[in-house]
Amino acid sequence: MNVQAWTYLIVTATFALYIGIAWWSRVRTTSGFYVAGRGVPAVANGMATGADWMSAASFISMAGLISFMGYTGTIYLMGWTGGYVLLALLLAPYLRKYGKFTTSEFVGDRYYSDAARLVAAGCTIFVSFTYIAGQMRGVGVVFSRFLEVEVHWGVIIGVVIVFFYAVLGGMRGITYTQVAQYCVLIVAFLIPAAAISWKITGNPIPQFGFGGTVQDGQQAGVFLLEALDALHRELRLPEYTAAFVPGKKSMIDVTAIALALMVGTAGLPHVLVRFYTVRSARAARWSALWALVFIGLLYTTAPAVAAFARVNLISTLHNTSYSEVPEWFRSWETTGLISFDDQNGDGVIDMSDGANELTVDQDIMVLANPEIAELPAWVVALVAAGGLAAALSTAAGLLLVIASAISHDIGKSILWKDMSSRRELLLARVTASVAVIVAAYFGISPPGFVAQVVAFAFGLAASSFFPVLVLGIFTRSTTKEGAIAGMSSGILFTGAYIVYFRLIRPEATAEDWLFGISPEGIGAVGMLINFSLALIVSRFTKPPPEEVQQLVSEIRLPRERAADG
Amino acid sequence: MSEQPDPSAYWRANLRLMAILLSIWFVCSYVLGIFLVEPLNEARVGGFPLGFWFAHQGSIYVFVVLILVYAAVMDRLDRRYGVG
Repeated sequence: MNVQAWTYLIVTATFALYIGIAWWSRVRTTSGFYVAGRGVPAVANGMATGADWMSAASFISMAGLISFMGYTGTIYLMGWTGGYVLLALLLAPYLRKYGKFTTSEFVGDRYYSDAARLVAAGCTIFVSFTYIAGQMRGVGVVFSRFLEVEVHWGVIIGVVIVFFYAVLGGMRGITYTQVAQYCVLIVAFLIPAAAISWKITGNPIPQFGFGGTVQDGQQAGVFLLEALDALHRELRLPEYTAAFVPGKKSMIDVTAIALALMVGTAGLPHVLVRFYTVRSARAARWSALWALVFIGLLYTTAPAVAAFARVNLISTLHNTSYSEVPEWFRSWETTGLISFDDQNGDGVIDMSDGANELTVDQDIMVLANPEIAELPAWVVALVAAGGLAAALSTAAGLLLVIASAISHDIGKSILWKDMSSRRELLLARVTASVAVIVAAYFGISPPGFVAQVVAFAFGLAASSFFPVLVLGIFTRSTTKEGAIAGMSSGILFTGAYIVYFRLIRPEATAEDWLFGISPEGIGAVGMLINFSLALIVSRFTKPPPEEVQQLVSEIRLPRERAADG
Repeated sequence: MSEQPDPSAYWRANLRLMAILLSIWFVCSYVLGIFLVEPLNEARVGGFPLGFWFAHQGSIYVFVVLILVYAAVMDRLDRRYGVG
């Protein structure tokens, strides 16, 4: 069987599995739709969080990005895992104890204000839509590369699947399909990683092979990372493991980006809501641990894959005659992900800085791995299914928070306060359907600005949600005026900075940036502005009413009152 | 037999634990993985420059251990202060 037949088979089988799970777990109540009836076991929620969190970007693009960045890739590695420590210690158990359905609802109750709740719901919708467009695009891209269907048909197929299980199954359906999707994506990531680790270093465990020695070729016996540094010197590029040398990001920028990504992770509504689905505050803590264990499995493997792929790329292609390139080069050349432009006309590939003749798309580092490692066709197909699982699971989680924000935070609590649960459930399904169609539209023809800001969803989440949530739990004195001022100034500052340096003055360099912090990292500054303003404004406004202070004392204790029970 | 609930002592114990764990979180990610990465790269552990290892591997392992310790110690605090 060839690659394409295998891909059709495996992708169809996984889709059938997701639909089967969705049918089995379909829901009839608002509690089931919004928070899966709060009955998800901690380990299952950990897996679901892993799939919810790891998007098409984590699966397909991250290893390749790191491969070109070397040390600086740590912004993604630490940035997208360190946030779970903040989530576990500062937010998850308390939000679960508070209960109810959405993060905005907590903001509204804690800050005794529908306005605060509206601002929070607005931030949720904005952040989630910028994020979801990228996922739909990812679905389309995987379809077009592996199954040779047009991108827009790929998006439509993906949308139909997500529509089916998100609208029918709500949070319960999403949770259990995410568990299945985690299993698919992690297997699909680890098999080629182990194979390439074995091929290059003789050790099948990528985390060990990463620190091991190269097995064959001129560099045999040399430590992998030393060989990689040597190859970079040969190409006149900064060494792979070097930190803040010219050509790489500065220390302050790395710090700011890592912080913005960490805090943004802890403030992303679709991740936070996952912790509403477990049984207790205690289960929320353990579930955060499982989530990071499952995420860490991919995140400690990815930098190893990045290094293997980089060594392999340079040592097989640099100074190689174009007529002698390996077979995978030819097969990926047709997709345009890798291309050779023979500038000096000698027929030999030169990759050195200044004379580079090779253009490589970052995605190829993961997508072409199975072929580079000479794995059978079904593994290539599995990688396609893994990429789809990563994109679909994240898209579904995002759709649900958008639907909840509209039907619950805006519809039920502000517009139609006396709406029955049945009507609310119907509204939630309708909203999810509309959101899925808008997401599909963004996926098929992404407006320029969406593509530009999609990577900045984290900065926006960091500068809006995280500070008011933390202050809401750890202080009794933060007032509604403080919270609204903090949230709106944080997101406005961050949004304006990103728009200015991405759309209005994209040619600006590090010297123009505030303190040398790039738009990717500015969310860290937005967060500080949010914290400071919230605290200062709270000092000069009327303290929160007694029952709010009571609420804060209540959420700090894990025990459920009998009445909630 | 559970002791008399004492919410404020429980909260102080929780804050103390958080302060310790978040300090380790900060040191292992920002200090060892970013601020001191260049001097630490002079040292090698196996095939890894040490600072690079913290940035690409070690910090993630530390994060997992931190949450493990937090969840386990909080279970004990919940019982000790009768609030779980």
